[in-house]
Amino acid sequence: MELTINGKVHQVDLDEDTPLLWALRDELKMTGTKFGCGAGLCGACTIHINGNPARACLTPISVAKGAQITTIEGLSEQGDHPLQKAWVKHNVPQCGYCQSGQLMTAAAFIAANPKPSEKEIDNAMSGNLCRCGTYPRIKAAIQDVVQFHEGGNSND
Amino acid sequence: MTDQATHETNAISLVSRRRFLKLAGVSSSGLILGATLPNFQLAWADTTKETGNATLNLFVSIAPDNTVSIVCHRSEMGQGIRTGLPAVVADEMEADWNLVKVVQGLGDKRYGSQNTDGSRSVRQFYDTMRTMGASARTMLEQAAAQLWSVPAAECNASNHQVHHVASKRAASFGDLAELAATQKVPTEETLVLKSSENFNYIGKPVATYDTPDIVTGNTTFGQDVILDDMLIASIERAPVLGARLASLDDTEARKVSGVVAVERMDGGIEPPLFHPLSGVAVLATNTWAALKARRALKIQWSGSAHEQHNSDTYLETLKKRVQQPGKVLTQHGDVNTTLASAADKHSAVYSLPYLAHATMEPPSATAVIKENQCEIWSCVQDPQSVQQHVSNALGLEAEQVKVNVTLLGGGFGRKSQIDFAVEAAVLAHKLQRPVKVVWSREDDIRHDYYHAAAASYFEAAIDDDGQVTGWRQRTAFPSITGTFKNGVKHPNNGEMSLGFADVPYDIPNRQCETAPAEYETRIGWLRSVANIQNAFGICSFADELARLRGRQPDEFLLELIGEDRQFNPSQGKFKYANHGANWKKYPLDTGRLKQVLKATAEKADLSKLGDHERKSGEGWGIAVHRSFLSYVGIATKVRVEDEKVRILEMHCVADVGLAVNPDRVEAQMEGAMIFGMSLALMGEIRMKNGAVVNSNFHDYPLLRMQQCPTMSVTLMGSEHPPAGVGEPGVPPVAPSITNAIFTACGERIRDLPINKHMQLA
Ligand code: FES
Ligand code: FES
Repeated sequence: MELTINGKVHQVDLDEDTPLLWALRDELKMTGTKFGCGAGLCGACTIHINGNPARACLTPISVAKGAQITTIEGLSEQGDHPLQKAWVKHNVPQCGYCQSGQLMTAAAFIAANPKPSEKEIDNAMSGNLCRCGTYPRIKAAIQDVVQFHEGGNSND
Repeated sequence: MTDQATHETNAISLVSRRRFLKLAGVSSSGLILGATLPNFQLAWADTTKETGNATLNLFVSIAPDNTVSIVCHRSEMGQGIRTGLPAVVADEMEADWNLVKVVQGLGDKRYGSQNTDGSRSVRQFYDTMRTMGASARTMLEQAAAQLWSVPAAECNASNHQVHHVASKRAASFGDLAELAATQKVPTEETLVLKSSENFNYIGKPVATYDTPDIVTGNTTFGQDVILDDMLIASIERAPVLGARLASLDDTEARKVSGVVAVERMDGGIEPPLFHPLSGVAVLATNTWAALKARRALKIQWSGSAHEQHNSDTYLETLKKRVQQPGKVLTQHGDVNTTLASAADKHSAVYSLPYLAHATMEPPSATAVIKENQCEIWSCVQDPQSVQQHVSNALGLEAEQVKVNVTLLGGGFGRKSQIDFAVEAAVLAHKLQRPVKVVWSREDDIRHDYYHAAAASYFEAAIDDDGQVTGWRQRTAFPSITGTFKNGVKHPNNGEMSLGFADVPYDIPNRQCETAPAEYETRIGWLRSVANIQNAFGICSFADELARLRGRQPDEFLLELIGEDRQFNPSQGKFKYANHGANWKKYPLDTGRLKQVLKATAEKADLSKLGDHERKSGEGWGIAVHRSFLSYVGIATKVRVEDEKVRILEMHCVADVGLAVNPDRVEAQMEGAMIFGMSLALMGEIRMKNGAVVNSNFHDYPLLRMQQCPTMSVTLMGSEHPPAGVGEPGVPPVAPSITNAIFTACGERIRDLPINKHMQLA
């Protein structure tokens, strides 16, 4: 089966019901997308499918066939997505394990909603768990980025 | 903090290079300088020229391109240790942090303990790291002096170069490294440490070393290790401690495409230590096949002595036992008579259920057997423990087990318990093929080393003037010692030193006691350990007394603590552990506790009470606690409305001594508040018939962003030596919340978690 990931076509030889997560991690050795729960509960595996956030642990490869898949490795060319830069500036990560998923969720969210309120950020990010407790910094980093968009109201 | 390296632990001398390379796992050449760290056996240096890199000491090597490699021998699990300790070395040696490469040290007993627990990496290695940096700097200066034929005293290192001011000459560290490698290793008496006003990195926020890799997904955690020809193992483990495999039908499982083998894992051993549990491992070419096939296994388990264990009834039993006379641990004055004749008395029972670590990265380990060696890659907090237990399991010497520590996707104590690494080694040995053991979230929740379920009882005597004259506290919980020894029923000395016997209240008659608790499931270390239940009970009860007397909690607590003094709770057989630290350097100082208490109270408005009649309103609560040699206060504001609670604000005031990397100290306190909120609001592992009922984040929830309040961190006490950071933020969180709930609505929550009593808004 062919999968288009970060603009490149890859061949995978796996059962159709295999979640994209394991195709990425085991078969294609792209381990930036993390396994946290396997049940859509933590967001560690978040990727983009045609620009929309999706849980790789619940998306069979048969569904992802023909779609544009983006993983953390392809979020930006040089690690210079505005969110990645803000993450570095705010020194967001602790252990870092949840952060691929946090960034992918946040990136899809601000692309769809460039002027989010604080509440909207809370709602958008609440599917992504962080056991280390980096929520305040994640929020600050997102707010930092969206403030560049004129009229952004981050103090709802 | 002394600026002279006067510690006998820092003796430096010459030893062989090969030994170093084995130890540090780096390939380099040149000068090697070792220091005797606490528990280090050797100190040495040597010169070689193989790869062009000069290794300036146990922790430092310099490449000709000027890159300084610094070894981190502790495990990185989000606390920032791969930044914190190497930055101390870099500061002392005047290296430019941007030119530093951090190298993860292998497991080796010559490092001393590498068990990254107890919030001790910085406090135990701060002085040593400074010495390592200073000796490297001194040798670079000596090399420059030799090169330029000038006195060494005229050569000064700064910003990755050595300068000779008079002749305006300068040479880079890279250029000097090889010559530095031939210099005499400075003795500790001659070594001069930088004075604190010249620090470049210590005490300043330093960007986390791994962050650029983390934000691009370019990291290797335990789960991410991939070896050629590797199989993935997913293991169905016995649900009850002590149970064994009775029968297995793996016909259907073997039919799943990708499955290579199904293996029985022997287990059921007690005490459990870090032995693999009984189980059935499915090995496949990819994780999905292994997980799928595992569901097709038909297994029957044997009975177990723990099959009647039910966490609800267990906790009820402990709550009854703590109200009966217990085993006396420490005793001052005569608490029995005082209580019998008191004008007024108050008592309360508190409880806390089992808790799971739920590290974001479930445990994982990869092993390969090569000739007479086993090599492991894993997210472990204690690589030497892996060497020990894997060598025991495979009949090897510890030195034949090579342990590479990956990044840890969270640790919180779970990954000090390295059963998963032993599983990987055993399977790799059986299959004679590289094996990665992947724990699922369900595996993690169901087969943790749990934080002990606990009950405690408090009783106070209050005289006519409203003074607390007598105080009894009694606790019961299954001890961690039970993980290593059968038949243990009482907490150990160390557990009683975690905020129980060391409560520094100046009450004339007081007594600490323990009651028995059976060991029914694996118990382990969880971030701040017994401090969680101890602080919950103590900080709640003191608040109850204050509110009962109509006093503001902070004022009442200040009186309870009494005069500024050093309080050593050791008495008779009870030896206060003080986290293994030197008492002179790290006494229990009530003055510092009071400072933190006052600063915490300033964050809160403790004078206003909510509408207790209507059980609603907003209110503040505080709690302060010393643990891991640090003093932390938490002020929490909650709103209770329609029987729903929401945390609105949380503020942390922490005296951790010198904050070596204040940004990471703040991050740890933020994380501790969120960790504490998760456990207080919703943390509960339940067991029925010996097996864990919970399975994933839907029934073992963690705090999410929309539940996370506004928070702040204030640091103080930087004039004191560095103390613990990772754990001490946790204990005061739960009581500060329940105290705030009382202020807001008059309801006193004594049994955690809070969501058993009211919904979370
Ligand atoms: S691993 Fe996919 S949501 Fe948790
Ligand atoms: S940074 Fe560790 S789980 Fe989020």
